[in-house]
Amino acid sequence: MKTKSAPRFHAGMIPVYLLLVLFSLFCVFPFVWIVIGSTNNAVDIIGGKMTFGPLLLENLRNLFANYNMAQALLNSVKITVITVLATLVVTSTAAYGFQMYRSRARERIYAFFLGTMMIPFASLMVPLFQIIVKMGLINTHFAIIIVSVSSVFMIFFFRQSFVTYPMEVIQAARIDGASEWQTFTRVFVPSMKSTYAAAGIYAFMTSWNSYLWPLIVTQTNEKKTVTLLISSMSSSYTPEYGLIMAAIALATMPVIVLFFALQRQFVQGMLGSVKG
Amino acid sequence: MEKKLSRSGWLFILAATVLLAVFLIYPVLYSLYLSLTSAKEGVTSFVGLGNYGKLLRDPVFYLALRNTFLILMIQVPVMLILALVLASILNNPKIKLRGFFRTAIFLPCVTSLIAYTILFKMLFSFDGLVNKTLLALHLIAEPLQWFMEPGLAMFVLILAMIWRWTGYNMIFYLSGMQNIPGDIYEAAEIDGASPVQAFFHITIPSLKPMILFTTIMSTIGTVQLFDEPMNLSQGGTTAATVGPGNCFMTLSVYIYNLCFKYNPKFGYASTVAYAILIIIALLTVLQFRVTADKN
Repeated sequence: MKTKSAPRFHAGMIPVYLLLVLFSLFCVFPFVWIVIGSTNNAVDIIGGKMTFGPLLLENLRNLFANYNMAQALLNSVKITVITVLATLVVTSTAAYGFQMYRSRARERIYAFFLGTMMIPFASLMVPLFQIIVKMGLINTHFAIIIVSVSSVFMIFFFRQSFVTYPMEVIQAARIDGASEWQTFTRVFVPSMKSTYAAAGIYAFMTSWNSYLWPLIVTQTNEKKTVTLLISSMSSSYTPEYGLIMAAIALATMPVIVLFFALQRQFVQGMLGSVKG
Repeated sequence: MEKKLSRSGWLFILAATVLLAVFLIYPVLYSLYLSLTSAKEGVTSFVGLGNYGKLLRDPVFYLALRNTFLILMIQVPVMLILALVLASILNNPKIKLRGFFRTAIFLPCVTSLIAYTILFKMLFSFDGLVNKTLLALHLIAEPLQWFMEPGLAMFVLILAMIWRWTGYNMIFYLSGMQNIPGDIYEAAEIDGASPVQAFFHITIPSLKPMILFTTIMSTIGTVQLFDEPMNLSQGGTTAATVGPGNCFMTLSVYIYNLCFKYNPKFGYASTVAYAILIIIALLTVLQFRVTADKN
């Protein structure tokens, strides 16, 4: 049933739309600025030129020539792809184990893990650094990957999404003679594609954008990620804004493409735990 | 059969459990031990609660605590209220272009913390776009030194964080609002309730669990704040001060500096880290209490 809105309601809507429009502009403006900025030089960017310039290719060329951008991109892609795949495998199998094979002992472990979500990374930083040094893994990509693979948040996210899965399907597969592992990989996983997509996007964002841990672990320029490279470009005392803009555009693009391609899963990935 | 299934259960959780034990549980416990030690000239000695006593007399710790809480007390409420208002506007099916506004406001979430921080640093630089615009509008007579004045620098940091995180929190509220049946609002409207009354008497009470969740998540995030203050300050990780008057010295920045900037003080850094852990635990309990009392 539709209700008619009173006329006074319409006048009242003006500030509402004003808020929406202004806040949306505030949110979108920096993106427009990045795109325009990556086609201009530093003077024009700082000067507030809001039209496209001719320098996009030159900025990109300088970015790749003067900085280790190609290497950094390659490093970021490698680290992110391996981290995402490993995280999906490790955390989803764990969630499946916790959800489909209930036992008091495992529930206790699970509850304990959930409690650790409150622990700030700062309080792990020092011992993690020392462990990595002792293992001889300092300045390796493996050190960046291995620490982020087992995320409690992801286990939680997967388990929440697994709750509604009918046990009968699993039992039927068992009766058909499938092993537990086959049941998981051939029956269960294929029916959970959208959950994996959402979790994958979340893991992708976390890994692609991570800063503090890679900053601590990497020591040489060849090992740096895009995020670290952008950070060091901007903290130089004569920052080359055109190149920084182009680098930010390059670093943000994969996530934006992913966002528009998979908007629904993306939002689900951000909500993660809270749904259901 | 039961036994076999239980063994499978353990196998499924094995990898994650081992990794968490090595890279989460062990570090947390080891950090507690470290916080009771002190290293001088390569010799580590057990100092008991000595570091904690030192912490209570450490002016930089208080400065970091003060800065962190200043951000927490201003940024989190402003952002969450804004997110709540925007969500309840966008939840109204009568609003036009809802999908467009939702996407626009959510879009900042895709940027990395580093990227958006650097963008804001550029926007607010001395000869930057914001100063130029304010000058053109005659709102200021001279360009403002955004990063020389602690108050202004803090303003930029908070504004940047609001830009990055409001849409993120809005999505949580929007999804919580899916569970509020639309006819409640229609009934309220027929009964003569204004949209503002509906907001306070329907939306907020129904979203209470979600508000609690976002408050806790934002609190944890802000108490750990690192990427933004570090990159907003001139000179980044190697500069002498973190922001004007050390106003960007947050607890996490302090820990980083203790470990990696000068002579590493891992023991004392762990003490600061445990202080953060205790603060987060206390705040979480407090937030649960506050929401429980109102029921």
